Amino acid sequence: MNQDQDNAHADEAPPPTPSALRRLSLSARPRTTKANLLAALLALLLGFAVATQVHQNQSAGLETLRQSDLLSILDNATNEASRLDQSARELQATRDQLVSGSSSGASAIKAAQQRLDALGILAGTARAHGPGIRMTITDPAGKVTFPMLLDAIQELRDAGAEAIQVNDVRIVASSHFGPRASGIEIDGKNVNPPYTITAIADPAPMASAMEIPGGLSENVRQLGATISISQEEDVTVGALHTLSAPRYARPVPASAPATP
Amino acid sequence: MIPALGLLIGLAAGILLHPAVPLALQPYLPIAVIAALDAVFGGVRAVLDGIFNDKVFVVSFLSNVVVAAFIVFLGDQLGVGSQLSTGVVVVLGIRIFSNVASIRRHLFRA
Repeated sequence: MNQDQDNAHADEAPPPTPSALRRLSLSARPRTTKANLLAALLALLLGFAVATQVHQNQSAGLETLRQSDLLSILDNATNEASRLDQSARELQATRDQLVSGSSSGASAIKAAQQRLDALGILAGTARAHGPGIRMTITDPAGKVTFPMLLDAIQELRDAGAEAIQVNDVRIVASSHFGPRASGIEIDGKNVNPPYTITAIADPAPMASAMEIPGGLSENVRQLGATISISQEEDVTVGALHTLSAPRYARPVPASAPATP
Repeated sequence: MIPALGLLIGLAAGILLHPAVPLALQPYLPIAVIAALDAVFGGVRAVLDGIFNDKVFVVSFLSNVVVAAFIVFLGDQLGVGSQLSTGVVVVLGIRIFSNVASIRRHLFRA
């Protein structure tokens, strides 16, 4: 810096720009003295060394570094590795959580679907098919009354019937029977003979329940009507019951204490 | 002119050839390059001052390089290589700055 200031003072006396440029251009003239060639050689070496060193530095591996640098790099790498390890473990945990969450969600959906199917068959809002019996009661004289059908339904349920249909009316928990001028009435709908009763369950017990002495078959035949019972591999209960929301009944919360 | 051409040719050769620096030279090459740059700027300044001498330039160039490399070598032997390298770079950097400042004054009068 001292020299710098000296130069600054020295420069102020002669303003040497033209002569400086001239000197530069003069010295730039190609001269083939021995020293000039030597200087050129040195300059060539310098350029080569600069390019080499820059390249070396850019592609430098760890081998050119000193021990302390290596130590700090190793330290950084270790920290980074443990940080990434931690992060990987967290992400793994999150992933496991999500996977188990989605699988438990799927099983919950499956269970809910099974429950929905069972409730739909019970409530009569879903069609059902399966092994069962099909009964046809022809009653030309109109002698078959609703209590007999009600008894028949009761007998079928006793024999395990899971879904029952009379003509095109689904029999559910709330079904009620009544008399009509031309036949009977179920759930407010006219049901006229011949009555076709379809029930799904193990066919044999239901058929025998219908055939027992004093049962439906005997009673119907005594009235002059005919009854045919066929056990089938696959019957379909296709009639649907329309649900209406309960107006008065409300579910008791599951947490409430049971009333005796 | 010829030295400038030499510098360009050397740069091109270094870029194109990608030579590997021998392991033994690796600590010294950067310092030697800095020292040589110092000599080059000193030479340009001498040209502008009108006192340039080819022989002086060549000798100062070589001595700069050798002394810088020797200092680093000595530092490595003494176990203070990195500190000494830093010191040499600082000193040479100051010299380069002062040379460039002088060149600047000659060329731009500023």
